[in-house]
This record gives sequence, structure tokens and C-alpha cells, in this order.
Amino acid sequence: MADTVHAVEVHHTPAGFLRRYVFSMDHKVIGIQYLITAMVMALVGGLLAMLMRLQLAFPHETWPLLGKIFPVGMEGGVMKPEFYLSLLTMHGTLMVFFVVSMALLSGFGNFVIPLQIGARDMAFPFLNMLSYWVMVPACLVMLASFFVEGGAAASGWTAYPPLSAVKEAVPGSQMGQTLWIVGMALFIASFTMGGLNYVTTILNLRTKGMSLLRMPVTVWSLFAASLLGLLAFPPLTAAAVMLLLDRHAGTSFFLPSGLYFGNQLLENSGGTPLLWQHLFWFLGHPEVYVLILPALGITLEMMPVFTRKPLFGFRMTLYCLGAITFLSLIVWGHHMYVSGMSPYAGEFFAIGTLVITLPSAVIGMNMLASLYGGALRLKTPMLFAIAAVVFFGTGGFGGLFLGNPTSDIQLHDTYFVVGHFHLMIGGVTLMATFAGCYYWFPKMFGRMMSERLGKLHFWLTFPCFYGIFVAMHYNGLQGQPRRYFNFERYEFLAGVREPQFWITVAAFLLFIAQVAFLWNFFYSAWRGAPADANPWQASTLEWTTTSPAPHGNWAGEIPEVHRWAYDYSVPGQAEDCTPQNRPQSVAPVTY
Amino acid sequence: MHDRTDPHPPATHWGGGVSPVGTGWRKLMMWWFIITDGLLFAGFLAAYGFLRLAAGSWPERAQMFHLEFIALMTFTLITSSATMATAVGAAQLGNRKLALRFLLLTLLGGTAFLLMQAYEWSTLITAGATLTQNPWGPPAFGACFFLITGFHGTHVLTGLIILAITAVRTARGITQAEGIEMAGLYWHFVDLVWVFIFTLFYLV
Repeated sequence: MADTVHAVEVHHTPAGFLRRYVFSMDHKVIGIQYLITAMVMALVGGLLAMLMRLQLAFPHETWPLLGKIFPVGMEGGVMKPEFYLSLLTMHGTLMVFFVVSMALLSGFGNFVIPLQIGARDMAFPFLNMLSYWVMVPACLVMLASFFVEGGAAASGWTAYPPLSAVKEAVPGSQMGQTLWIVGMALFIASFTMGGLNYVTTILNLRTKGMSLLRMPVTVWSLFAASLLGLLAFPPLTAAAVMLLLDRHAGTSFFLPSGLYFGNQLLENSGGTPLLWQHLFWFLGHPEVYVLILPALGITLEMMPVFTRKPLFGFRMTLYCLGAITFLSLIVWGHHMYVSGMSPYAGEFFAIGTLVITLPSAVIGMNMLASLYGGALRLKTPMLFAIAAVVFFGTGGFGGLFLGNPTSDIQLHDTYFVVGHFHLMIGGVTLMATFAGCYYWFPKMFGRMMSERLGKLHFWLTFPCFYGIFVAMHYNGLQGQPRRYFNFERYEFLAGVREPQFWITVAAFLLFIAQVAFLWNFFYSAWRGAPADANPWQASTLEWTTTSPAPHGNWAGEIPEVHRWAYDYSVPGQAEDCTPQNRPQSVAPVTY
Repeated sequence: MHDRTDPHPPATHWGGGVSPVGTGWRKLMMWWFIITDGLLFAGFLAAYGFLRLAAGSWPERAQMFHLEFIALMTFTLITSSATMATAVGAAQLGNRKLALRFLLLTLLGGTAFLLMQAYEWSTLITAGATLTQNPWGPPAFGACFFLITGFHGTHVLTGLIILAITAVRTARGITQAEGIEMAGLYWHFVDLVWVFIFTLFYLV
């Protein structure tokens, strides 16, 4: 908030390719770097999923070519069970932390926050650059773990001990698990640097007139998510340090006495795996909100722009964001109903979980109400935003069954869970990421992405994604357990074989459809139709500068803000959109 | 903030305001960092409590520690917080010389604390306690004690490095009052963490 007067500032673009595009301190360049890194990691994570789907649909086939690519994990073209475990572990880890978290918080967080609040850059640009260049080794360490002896970590993205703590447990528990911990430590360090920047930038670097309640909902959601990440990650760091000591210094934080591996009794005693579960889920649960809050923010951001009417229930949405942020820190136990936790604790976590559905449902209803009666412009970003609403509704419905211990005991560790969290922290977040990419692309590169390719991308992505994970709910209801590499020998699962096959078909189609996106993104960055400053006729501040925005974001003075972010279709105005920097004397404020 | 290598630095920058919490972004960022770092120790201490409750029996503290010595250690560290506060106060009044003198006293107190901690560790290790062993009972004690006091010791060391840099920069007139205050915030935080460790390991 401006308490001092703005002077005219001139920002010069740093000279030289390295300073400008590689070791850049410009938040926009860093944001794009993060987005492209996330795309690379998404491709890797997606390929891992394809390998898993191949195994699940054709458990008896041999794949000589894959045998050559993975001489250890798929010796002779047949997948080993432990390789399957590595695949699912790394798929989860990469997608949660290195794709969704990176694209939404680090990518859009960096790109959008200063532009939407009217700042020249992040509060601490050097720390921002450092955050990216710590993330790069984090990615490399994670990817390198595939090539060490024993292969990548195989204890799931949750890294439950004793699998993760005892080196003899599975092949992936050797060097791969150590690299996993190192990679996560680097990730957390990078995330903390980024998060500190986002939070302080949002609070202190707002332009004149940009009061907290005038900030766009995307900024609010990024603020809530960064805050949550900053609060939730440190206990995981503590847990990771203890896990590392258990693995390499012989301590027993997470290892009880009486553990046998390979007919040998381990010497450990006094620890408990339950401790890891508590520490992990104290991060792990807020983490899913770290992912989904910015996704909801971006989805809400699209609503007024493509319906040409003000956002419905703006303040209530903010209150709900706050409520979710607080509640998400005290519901981690709902991941542990079958862990042997006290039923009284279960009761507490169940009530908390059901309470958190209320603000979530209010946000969902506000989204629907924002759509209602609008003059819909079904551009590609809007299509993906609507898809995010659909996923949020469907996925949220499944959450009711999992939040309740009575039904969760039946559904725990089945494909119902897999389907549920893929709809929520996979579906809602990916749809919002795509929406954000199509939406802010003109501001990034000064060009438009192709609408035709975008629609093709959407109409392939949405039905495939939806079909895959809704079908998994049904498979889970039949009792299909997750993390198994082969279901052939289970008589009672005969019913899931055909759906398994079709899920694989849809998964491959989904993966191939992303080619349309990647082509569209990189081709349009150079050859797309030139975009003007405000191609979507939107009211927020980032559209008041040129496309692409210059170094320092505004060529002249930073704009001054006179109204809330969503003044659309103000009565008596010639245009149906009133930018935030238009004085109140020119156009009345509606909210 | 601006690119330092910029050959044409602009006349003024938008360095941010102080609303809504009445403080500039630098100090605010330090506060947020302290909160996250505090949660790191909260994670460790929660794990310690969890394991101690699960262990059932726990070694008698008078058996392991010289409590008078620990009291002296604690007193030294708390005193260094007081000298730090004086340094900040002096810097805010513009008395650079006095600020520098009290910064050096704080450095002295912190170093004394670290040396005393090293002495305590060596006494315990000589008695046979390590990360994985504990001659007085459950090995979880050794693991928790060395992990948590070790982590705290590392924080004290980091604090001393920050204080040393601040002292040099104060002597040269580079660091302003806000810089000393931020180093002070970190130092008080490290001391506060010790109060929790002191209570949870030595008193209960």
C-alpha cells in the first residue's frame, strides 16, 4: 500500500542473454522459467503414468523396446513389481511438488503477483532468482534417482517408514530414497524462499489505492497458499532430517523394535512409524490446499472476464479462503483413520474435515453463481475454468465419503482414493493451470495462443481426464487396492479388468492430447497472432501495461487503483469492463 | 530493489509501503522466516514429546546433567539477548560506537554459550551417550537430545556469523539500524528456542 508518493521510475532491461533470460531477476522471466520447468517435469511424470497404465492393462505382454530402455526395471521387457513401486512414487512426487506446486505457485505466483498488485517486481528479486536456481538441482536430483543402484524411491510420495527408513526394505530404499530426501530438502528450501517473497510482496508492495480488499482473488488465493506452505513445510523438514538419521546414522525415530527384513532382526527400538505419518500429513494435507487454492483463485479470476459480470460473493469467497487456510492445518488425521490412531482423535479429524467442506462448497456455489446469467464467452481459458468447476464439484463429492471414518475404513487405499485426489489435486489444478496459461500467455509473450488448437486440446483433455478418474472411483468401490502392479490373481477383481483397459486407452489419449498444448505454447510464443495490451477486455492491473510487459512492468508510472477488481457491466458505461485504475469520477463503483 | 549491475540506475524505486502491519518488507520477511524456523523446532520438539511419551520410562535428568552448569549456560545466552537489545537501542538512537560495543558483547556471550555446549556434549559423550545409545535408558533420549541441541547449536553458530558480519558492517558504517534490528530479531529467536529446549529437556 502506498504511503509514499510514486516517482517516475525508469527500469532498464538488463543487457546480455544470460542476465536477461537465464540468471534473471525479473519476476516475469522467473515465472516463465518455472512454468517451462514444470512442463518438462510434467512430461516425465506423465510418461511414468503411461508405463504404469501399460502394465495395468496388459500385465502379460512383454515390451522388448522398454526392456532396452530400462534394462534393470523391465528386464526382458517384463515389469518388475519394485519398478512399478518406483514409478508410482516418482509419479506422485513429481506431479504434486514439481509440476502442480511449481506451475501454480512458483509459475503463476511469480508472473501474476507483481503485475496484479501494481509492483515493479518481487520484494527481493535476488532471493527470487536464487529460489529458481535451487529448484533446478532439486529437479535434477529427483530425476537422477532413477539411475542409481536399486532405482528411484519406492515408498510412495508419502515415504512411509519402515519402507523409506530401512535400506534393505525394497531396492528403491537404497540410494534412491536418499536422493528423494535430498531432492525434497532442496525443493523445500526453494519453496521457502519463494513463499517469503510472495507473502511480503503481496502485503507491502501494493500500489497506491490497492487496498487488501481490492486485490484480485488470484492474489488472495496465492497469498493463502504461500502462507500455508510456509507454515506446513518446516515440520516436514524436521521429519526428513530424522528420516535421514534413521537411514544413515542408525537412530530409531520411526523404527519400532522387532522389525524383520530378509530374516534378520533389526536392532532398532523405541521409534514409531506413526510419528512420521503425523509429521508428514501435517504438511501433506495443507499441501493439497497449497495446490488447490491458487487453482480456485485462477478459476474464479476467469469467471467475471468471460461472463462480463462481477464476481459473485467476492468477500464471502475471501472469508472462505481464510477459513480453509485455517482448517486445513488441523485435519491431517483424516489420512490416518486406519493407522491405529485413537478413535477420539478420529472423531475430531472427521468433524474438522466435514466442517472444511462448508467453505469449499460456498466457493463452489460462488463459482456457479458467477456463471449464472452471464454473457458467456467460451474462449479456451473459460472452457478450462468451467472444467475446473466440474472437477471441483465431482471430486469434492467423493471427499465426503473419505472424510468420514465409517466409509473411509472401507475405501482406504483403494482406487476410490486415487480417483478422488486425481480429480481434486490433479484435475482442478491442471485445468486451472491450463486456463492460466491460455489466459496470461498474451501478457507473457505478446502473442495469442491458437484458439482452434486450444479447443482441440480442451475437448481431448477434459473427457479423458474426467473418464479416467471417475471410472477409478467405481473400481475402488469394488475393492481394487492401489499400488498393486498386477490384479490378475484376484478372483473378486474380475470386474475391474475391462475398465482397467479403457482407463489405459483414455490415459494414452490424454497424454497425446498434451502435444496439442505444447505445440500451441511454443509455436505461438514465436509465431502466434500479436496480442494487444488487453485482449480479453479484463479489469485487473496486468492488462493496463503493454503485452509483453516491459522490465519494471509499466513503462511510466505505476497505475493507481480506484476500485475493486471486478467492475464489469457497470450501468451507464459504454464499455462492459471498467479497469481498476479508472477514477471513480469517471465510472461509479459497484461494490 | 533493482538489478545492481544496471548501468543506468533509476532515480527512485518503489520499495514498498508499511501497511498493513506497520513494517517494511525486509523486517516482515525476517518475521515470516522466524515463524517458519520456529515451526521447524516445533516439529522436532513434538517428535521428542511423542517418542518420550511412547517410551514409558525416561532417564532421570539429575543423573545425566549438571543442572547448575546448564543454568549458567542459559543465563549466558539470555544475557546475550539483553546486550543485543541494548545494541539495537543504541543503533536506533544513532550511537554507532555503543551499538558496536554491545554487538561485540553479544558475540562474546554467544561464543561462550557454544563453548559451554561443546563441553556439555563432550561430558555426555564420554559417559557413553551418542545418537544411538544412552547409558541411562532408552536410546531415543540420545537421538532426540543430540539432534535438537545440535540443531539449536547450529542456529547459534549461524547467528554468530550473522552478528559478526553485522558488527564488521556496523564498524564500517554500512549497516543501518534496521539491519542491526533484524540480526537482533534472529538472535532473540534463537534464545527463545533455547528457553523451550531448556524447559523440555532439563526441567521436565
